[in-house]
Amino acid sequence: MITRNIGLVLGVFLTISASITGLIIVPNWQFRELQPVKKADGTQYPMPYFGEQLKGRNVYIDQGCIYCHTQQIRMKGYGADIRRNWGTRRSVPRDYIFEKPHQLGTQRTGPDLASIGSRQPSTVWHTLHLYNPQLTSPGSVMPRFVYLFTELKEGEALPAGTFPADLVKIPPQLQKDSVTQLMPTERGKALIEYLKGLNKTFPLPEAAQ
Amino acid sequence: MIAEVGVNPEVEVVSRIEVDRSAEWVVTIYWASSIIWLLIASIAGLISSIKLHSPDFLGSYEWLTFGRIRPVHWDTAIYGFGGTAASGTLLWLQARLCQTRIPFAPLLIAGGVIFNLGVLLGAIGVLSGHSTGVEALEFPLWSMPLLVIPYVFIVIANFKMYFTRRSTHTYVSQWYLMAVTIWFPILILAAEACTNLGAVDGVAQAVANWWYGHNVVGLFATPTAVAAAYYLIPKVIGKPIHSYHLSLLGFWSNAIFYNWAGTHHLTGGPLPAWTITVGVVGSMMMFIPVITIGINHHMTMVGSFHHLKTSPTLRFAVMGSMIYTLASFQGSLESLRSHQEITHFTHYTIGHVHFGMYGFFAPLMFAMMYYAMPRLTGNEWSSARLIRIHFWCTLLGTLLYASAMCYAGIRQGFMMNDPTIPFLNIVSFTKPFLMLRTLAGLILLSGTIAFTINFWRIVQPHKLRFVTPTLLNTKRDYRILVEKEKELGT
Repeated sequence: MITRNIGLVLGVFLTISASITGLIIVPNWQFRELQPVKKADGTQYPMPYFGEQLKGRNVYIDQGCIYCHTQQIRMKGYGADIRRNWGTRRSVPRDYIFEKPHQLGTQRTGPDLASIGSRQPSTVWHTLHLYNPQLTSPGSVMPRFVYLFTELKEGEALPAGTFPADLVKIPPQLQKDSVTQLMPTERGKALIEYLKGLNKTFPLPEAAQ
Repeated sequence: MIAEVGVNPEVEVVSRIEVDRSAEWVVTIYWASSIIWLLIASIAGLISSIKLHSPDFLGSYEWLTFGRIRPVHWDTAIYGFGGTAASGTLLWLQARLCQTRIPFAPLLIAGGVIFNLGVLLGAIGVLSGHSTGVEALEFPLWSMPLLVIPYVFIVIANFKMYFTRRSTHTYVSQWYLMAVTIWFPILILAAEACTNLGAVDGVAQAVANWWYGHNVVGLFATPTAVAAAYYLIPKVIGKPIHSYHLSLLGFWSNAIFYNWAGTHHLTGGPLPAWTITVGVVGSMMMFIPVITIGINHHMTMVGSFHHLKTSPTLRFAVMGSMIYTLASFQGSLESLRSHQEITHFTHYTIGHVHFGMYGFFAPLMFAMMYYAMPRLTGNEWSSARLIRIHFWCTLLGTLLYASAMCYAGIRQGFMMNDPTIPFLNIVSFTKPFLMLRTLAGLILLSGTIAFTINFWRIVQPHKLRFVTPTLLNTKRDYRILVEKEKELGT
């Protein structure tokens, strides 16, 4: 009886140890050595996140963008990621060495964001889109992130501590009410900086094939 | 004196009534909390669902934004409902099968309270913007000890019962229950270490993440529910399980293959092909345990289907075991690369998850409660109609949910793979199906409310009792019981 009990406990323990070894320890060995590559202009790719972008990444995580947006491009011939212009090449492990926690995502209720910064470099577009997705993408089911902006009416004074340069005017044809200008909050500004910085178009050699 | 074969004579004989008495408070507390969490998870799911076709619904509250309420739905469903329902099941089933009293009852009750507190704080953490950002492990790190420590109590109690039992041989359900208590602590500790504690990052973290995300279903929810089915089906119809050897094969093949399957959640992702291939192979090999377990459950039922007319326990148990077969087939096929090219990233996956969790796991937990609660409390279920409502809402809600989402997901996948179709056209195509999903969610929630009423009444300390068990065709009038009790009281 005792040996059979021990056999059960040991067997069960071994099954999970096997998959921990195979799926966690081994891949980690394989990817731990990956380093950024030097670009021609002396900078490196990928870059670790810091400052505004890091702050913006935390907003991305806290708002749960991952539940509708991926950040991974599938290879040519598998799905239509590249043909949809979501990226120029497939994503590879090196793209993610500074991702902590990873934000690969599993749902595309909205489009992929791996290179949204190269697709949509405009602060104005991101501001309007986050403030009210219907302004830029009619029919979208994305929530409004009104609370990341201060709504300003014509002639209204700027909130204390903000810079006029950050002010975004809503184009007249898109104005739905008396709100004519938007001032991003600190978090809104950081999120937009992060999104504008998302760019996985640098041609890594291993992504060529 | 004649020695009994297959028993340990040093262990005292404990009657079923004594077992149930020792379990009454512990198990009732776990199951009552599981129902409260199911209500909360359903409401959170419903809010998420509505937001996905009407994004302005409750749109001005940051703490209810889709990206926060959606993970709260998942976390309260799997940890809140799943965790407590499975733990109650584990404790009661192991005590019954080991013919022993539940040990350390006060500790287990305290554990239940701490666990609930952990889920509550974790959910508040996510709603207030402190999610870790790791799918399936969103709860802030500081809430996790509250979930893990109580589980240690459960592990200790389970080991104590198993190793000090009277009967020397074991029943298949017991293997699964032992396995769960070994797997789950390792699973959650390894996953937290690799994600939120930062032992690995980048794509290796993604692998660890989905190793966990898949296994929390496969090595925690599934074995508990399979153990329940193995116990309840033969018990209610009074026949032994179809084949002992198949149980062995089913158990070990499940143990060996399931925990390799998780990487199919990353098909097409930035990972070396071998990691995905391992996941696909693991998923395809799952046909072995699924077919063996299926044969064992369904062949045991052959010739006894007429009991489905009357037994609430059996109805939920058979629904669960049948959908286990279907959802597992679906899941294995879904892992194939050609299938994933279309359905990955779509609502199909959401349909599959709910088919499995609400069509297989939840009904088996309900079956356990329908079977055990009268034995634990000494009361009978107060209304057969409420049980019928619960059953039909669970079945029809699940089928509507899964078919709407899977169909929409397939179409959505084909459209996404055709770059000439603008993305927003795909969004507007899925909207009617997302509305159907809200309807399905409402149906499921109605069933849960019916169950909650029945559960609330059965845990009341009644002076009067119904003397016969509540079957699906029993006419019960709870009001008369309550009125008579009042007369007695005065």
